[in-house]
Amino acid sequence: MDRRRHILHCDMNCFYASVEMQRRPELRDKPLAVCGSQEERHGIVLTANYIAKPYGVKTGMAIWQARQRCPHLVILPPDMDEYIRFSRMAREIYEDYTDQVEPFGLDESWLDVTGSVRLFGDPVAIAREISGRIKFELGITASIGVADNKITAKLGSDYKKPDAITRIGEDNYREIVYPLPVEDLLYVGPATSKKLRDIGISTIGRLAECPVEVLARRLGKMGAVLHTFANGRDSSPVQRSDHIPNIKSVGNSATTPRDLENEEDVKLMLLLLAESVCSRMRELVSRCTEVEIYVRDTELNSFSRQRKLAAPSCSSQELAQVGFDLFQKHYPWRRPIRSVGLRGAGLVEAQSSLQLSLFAEDQRRDKWERIDAAVDHLRQRYGYMSVRRAVLDTDPLLGRINVKDGHTVHPVGYFGG
Amino acid sequence: MEKREKRYVPVVVRFETTGKLRPLVVEFDEEHQYVVDKVLDVRRAACQRVGGVGDRYTCLIRGKETYLWLEKGVWFVEAKK
Repeated sequence: MDRRRHILHCDMNCFYASVEMQRRPELRDKPLAVCGSQEERHGIVLTANYIAKPYGVKTGMAIWQARQRCPHLVILPPDMDEYIRFSRMAREIYEDYTDQVEPFGLDESWLDVTGSVRLFGDPVAIAREISGRIKFELGITASIGVADNKITAKLGSDYKKPDAITRIGEDNYREIVYPLPVEDLLYVGPATSKKLRDIGISTIGRLAECPVEVLARRLGKMGAVLHTFANGRDSSPVQRSDHIPNIKSVGNSATTPRDLENEEDVKLMLLLLAESVCSRMRELVSRCTEVEIYVRDTELNSFSRQRKLAAPSCSSQELAQVGFDLFQKHYPWRRPIRSVGLRGAGLVEAQSSLQLSLFAEDQRRDKWERIDAAVDHLRQRYGYMSVRRAVLDTDPLLGRINVKDGHTVHPVGYFGG
Repeated sequence: MEKREKRYVPVVVRFETTGKLRPLVVEFDEEHQYVVDKVLDVRRAACQRVGGVGDRYTCLIRGKETYLWLEKGVWFVEAKK
């Protein structure tokens, strides 16, 4: 029996920019970049189209840099709702072929079509059909990689863009993959890249042929993992659509519309973040046992600190308070603050029997949690702004940020952590 | 190719018991109210000419096939400029 898997990796090209060009035909022949909004200071290029790229406009670049390289660049603010709609429609197409669809961000997905080849034909034929449907139904293009594992499939979708299908199998693996720069491999970031290049490994082929002991010595556990990746032997499964990952922590952070100048500002932001974090924990029916804060100042120096809680909690009041204590203890106020984050970690199931306590503090926690739950309920029915802490009105600019529903695309890890 | 523009239009619609929508009349403007004689096809499609993605209804109106699109709850046509 053929035990090989058939994995596709679909990558919608220049996704945000393509969606904008689809709905605005007048922009299709212009250099275009979708950028984080300037007023709220997230002024970086999120996606550039294929006309802007030759000018050197790249993802992550500040808007002013992009303008310098391409003065007639059309800059658009992101419309996350629309991108999410397109992403959902793409997923509906994928799900016509398999129920094993694992998204990686809004624009990329892995599909395991091993069980679908008898129904729909060989994997390249499926890729062709999907590519055609994305073009017809969504009006944008995708690059698809076809291989027998996730890592190689991703290399395939990156290999030729836009609107292409690349199959990588045993017959052409060395020819296609070996010359690629080692940075093309998932999980080779700047730090790993430097370590590898220091020992003369600049291509995936070099990495594949390097003895695994050498890599393990240099990179530890990750060395062995990268070695299997480079040899196209990744065995990680494509998660099923209904897979619920084992979530270990819930966090939120925000770059604020203005710098935070004093403790009152920070307190207010922590309250906002805590409300969002706690509300999300309640959606997961969990409580956290650890609180972590993250602070980044105007010079982009950052640090994080954490503390264990006496008992599991999902009270926003308590999380904000602990976060604020941590902050007071560790921030010397050399500079104003640009962004803050709050995370509840060490999640435990809220339903599992809670050790009841005789002490007043626990009763108070329970009371606060019930208040929070009531607020969730009200907001669900009447909208986020229907009920709010009065303190948030002391600073309308900061107070009106909706961190929970304001579109944060939560990063996803490859290892499903 | 003829220049077209995205024109949002009011549409009289019947909700079938199956949950399907059946557009009845396209109220293009005061003088032009088009009765949809038959819906030949419904599918999701991108409208490349004027931009937009949604459910595309292929309608038979006065003997001619015309596309009518439903995007995010709003109807539009590719109108002649």
